[in-house]
Amino acid sequence: MSDFTLAELCICCAAEAFRGDGEVLATSIGLVPRLGAGLAKLSFEPGLMITDGEAYLVSEPVPVGPRGGYQPKIEGLMTYERVFDIIYRGKRHAMVTPVQVDRFGQMNISVIGDYATPKAALLGVRGYPGNTVSNANSMFIPNHGKRTFVAGEVDMVSGVGYNPARWPGGVKPKFLDLRRIITNLAVMDFQGPNNCLRVISRHPGVSFEEIQDNTSFELVAMDGLGVTPAPTAGQLKLIRERLDPHDLRATVLPGNPPGIPAAGR
Amino acid sequence: MPVTDKVCAISDIVGSLESGMTLGIGGWGGRRKPMAVVRELLKTDVGNLTVISYGGPDVGMLAAAGKIRKLVFGFVSMDLVPLEAHFRAARQAGAFEVMEIDEGMLQLGLKAAAQRLPFLPTRVGFGSDVLTTNPELRTVTSPYEDGETLVAMPALPVDVAICHANEADALGNSRISGPDPFFDEWLCRAAQRAFLTTEALVETSAFNDPLIALQMPIERSLVQGVALAPYGAHPTSCAPKYGMDIAHLREYSGAAKGGWPAYLERYVTGKGLDAYVAEVGGADAISALPLPVF
Repeated sequence: MSDFTLAELCICCAAEAFRGDGEVLATSIGLVPRLGAGLAKLSFEPGLMITDGEAYLVSEPVPVGPRGGYQPKIEGLMTYERVFDIIYRGKRHAMVTPVQVDRFGQMNISVIGDYATPKAALLGVRGYPGNTVSNANSMFIPNHGKRTFVAGEVDMVSGVGYNPARWPGGVKPKFLDLRRIITNLAVMDFQGPNNCLRVISRHPGVSFEEIQDNTSFELVAMDGLGVTPAPTAGQLKLIRERLDPHDLRATVLPGNPPGIPAAGR
Repeated sequence: MPVTDKVCAISDIVGSLESGMTLGIGGWGGRRKPMAVVRELLKTDVGNLTVISYGGPDVGMLAAAGKIRKLVFGFVSMDLVPLEAHFRAARQAGAFEVMEIDEGMLQLGLKAAAQRLPFLPTRVGFGSDVLTTNPELRTVTSPYEDGETLVAMPALPVDVAICHANEADALGNSRISGPDPFFDEWLCRAAQRAFLTTEALVETSAFNDPLIALQMPIERSLVQGVALAPYGAHPTSCAPKYGMDIAHLREYSGAAKGGWPAYLERYVTGKGLDAYVAEVGGADAISALPLPVF
């Protein structure tokens, strides 16, 4: 398929992040992660456990936006308290959107600037400290740029990363498992030397240099770095007809750009 | 010995609060917050509070009123209005001390207090700035063969917990009929005293159903008093009865830019719950608020 949006491409990349997970709880915060988890469940990871976004496990992804007559297909309970039980057991893969990420994969969602009197107070660390030392974590970053991918360390380390200086005794936390970062430019993982960020695919029309220029720290490119594969017709049908019938995904990226940029880029 | 009638007024709950106390507030973000009590508290000169909350507009309002000395929290958010403007303004001004910890650590702290233990061990916190910004957090070494070093999450004892239930009886039995009871139970268990507000006061016989009993995480011995507060969670949601009042939450957020006195004047000052409900559009309007879809 050549007629798809960048948001749709990102959703397919988000789905790929859950490949191989089996029976784990996919906690996907935000529209693209949620549609990605739903797509993974409907296409190649039927064992994934997903919720209605509130307190129930559902046997099929709940379409986002106004539900009309649709009733969530409940298959179990997943209250907030139980989410923590599942975190500590490790049977979970979270995909979140932090405000800052550094070269170690450390994430910030707490404050920007000085901790005592911050320039911007955000949400608070939420469950990031526990998520990152307990279960798999991926990220979706809709605005790949130097303000998000910061030099040095993030202002407040909310999510733990591959930074031995911060590990007790320099020993890697037993269950630290950062998987993928999907952005509007590329897909990355932490499989570079010493778990540094590695670009594993670049979106159509995007060069490695452009990705690097929009990142405050050095990236490595996967050997034979290629272009992110386009969504299949089947994936697009699932996204458009089942998962997001109201096209809420059109609001995720400014201008809702096409997946393949117009000639001249 | 006869059991006591625990029915009281919202003003009785607030009247039992003193400056300097540690207050645990139930609900979660923009959901099932005991807002009638929070508003009543705004009318008093009680302050200097340590507030423990899965924070929403409860924290924002108490922060705007300058009543918080220390906030123990993992987040403050109103869900569909993600950032809490009043909390942010106060936090950015350094208006209160913070103990910012992972949500799971917060729960462990409450569970430790509930079990009358000094701490519970966890891996959570290691590697993050939660440990550097809370230097009082200590570690403990497993006495078993593994010898692992763990964070000793200290008990978070609460002086008074306040939660909002869908139904309660005069004995202090209560039911949370929304899909998620959140962590209200643990706030009550960690507390010296717990008070409930409730959408409806019912006869004990209303609970005589095995499925309803599964929605009753807070046994009556935890509860000191019960106050009737229909629509008492507004502008937060109280599923299944009413949803979040997004328009009101936006108006309230907007008041962080100089409009707080006017907000207080319109919705709080001199107004009991009935007058408040009328001011925000009346019971029918609140009942018609759709349950949020996430």
